[in-house]
Amino acid sequence: MLDVLRSMLFVPGNNPAMLQAAGVFGADAVILDLEDAVALREKDAARFLVAEALQSVDFKTSAKVVRINTLETGGEEDLRRIVACAPAAVLAPKVQSAADIQAVAGLLESLEQPGQAPVQIIALIETPRGLAEAYAVATAHARLIALAFGAEDYTAALGAKRTRDGLEIMSARSMLINAAAAAGVAAIDTPFTDINDEAGLRADVALARQLGYKGKLAIHPRQVDIIHEVMNPSAEEIRWAQRVLAVLRQAELEGAGAVSLDGKMIDAPIELRARHVLKLAENNPAGGAEQ
Amino acid sequence: MTTLTKPAQAGTLESGDVVVTVAPAELGSGIEISIESLVLLQYGESIRRTVLAVVEHYGVVDAAMKVVDRGALEYALTARTKAALERAGLVGEVDGDA
Repeated sequence: MLDVLRSMLFVPGNNPAMLQAAGVFGADAVILDLEDAVALREKDAARFLVAEALQSVDFKTSAKVVRINTLETGGEEDLRRIVACAPAAVLAPKVQSAADIQAVAGLLESLEQPGQAPVQIIALIETPRGLAEAYAVATAHARLIALAFGAEDYTAALGAKRTRDGLEIMSARSMLINAAAAAGVAAIDTPFTDINDEAGLRADVALARQLGYKGKLAIHPRQVDIIHEVMNPSAEEIRWAQRVLAVLRQAELEGAGAVSLDGKMIDAPIELRARHVLKLAENNPAGGAEQ
Repeated sequence: MTTLTKPAQAGTLESGDVVVTVAPAELGSGIEISIESLVLLQYGESIRRTVLAVVEHYGVVDAAMKVVDRGALEYALTARTKAALERAGLVGEVDGDA
């Protein structure tokens, strides 16, 4: 369920009403949050609630992800409570190094029940140090499937002001997607924090997509549909991807080597992009808006 | 068997949640549960059964409990009961992983 992550919706881990509703918005993943959304004195209660919700609440088509605390601030207790309840992945916050990921992976291995599918890891990169180590983080362990970017803490550490157009995080976004691509893992963009600015969100997702991001964190349910609209391939892109694969199939049948479409050579990266477009199209059979 | 060492509470009065309060009780007094809920007539017995199942799992035999329900589903009631019991300073052996 983690192969398409256009949208990942945060849900406060200590709020039953929000947990119960989380699956109806159609996000590709819900992130049951034990970290920033939960007051320090309620962490214990939230662990029980998230554990029970993982087992009992119907999140429909959304993959179940839990944001744990850092291992220094209660993350190990989080894992002890929730791993046996089979989340698809954990989102590890404030990751600074490969060792952080290896420590989480070690705990997951020791806590999983016999026969349980391995719990995957998504690293939230939200510090300058973490960004500098992004490639090492992305290659730290086989369970690491994605890097996610958290721009609020990152810009606070820089002493930079967050703006609507996000110029201050352009280099960080580029560094993160490069590290993820080099490691062969997915990249998930930072949330757009003004939940009332739909045009701003649309522009922000479009920019992320242009940079190569395949998904975005969401902090409000109403952001999910807009993220999907922008991240989904257009009908024109779907037709292109279908033609690419058709040409490749034909070349294979004929034993041809190099192949081209509309005068452009089709190499491995082009094939990869076409397959990704069609994978997204499976989730969106009608195709996105013409672009 | 486990015993409680102090009163404790978990949950909120927000819609969809429940507040579970537990307190130590005299030896041999058993489990006493009072329930407040808008759906007491329809779900009072179900609420009682859910709370008792958690209490039994923890091996608690004497406790005074109060449940103020705001429309919590069973999973939330179970979670809040577990949190309240853990906060109440359990002493003794709990069967398996809670």
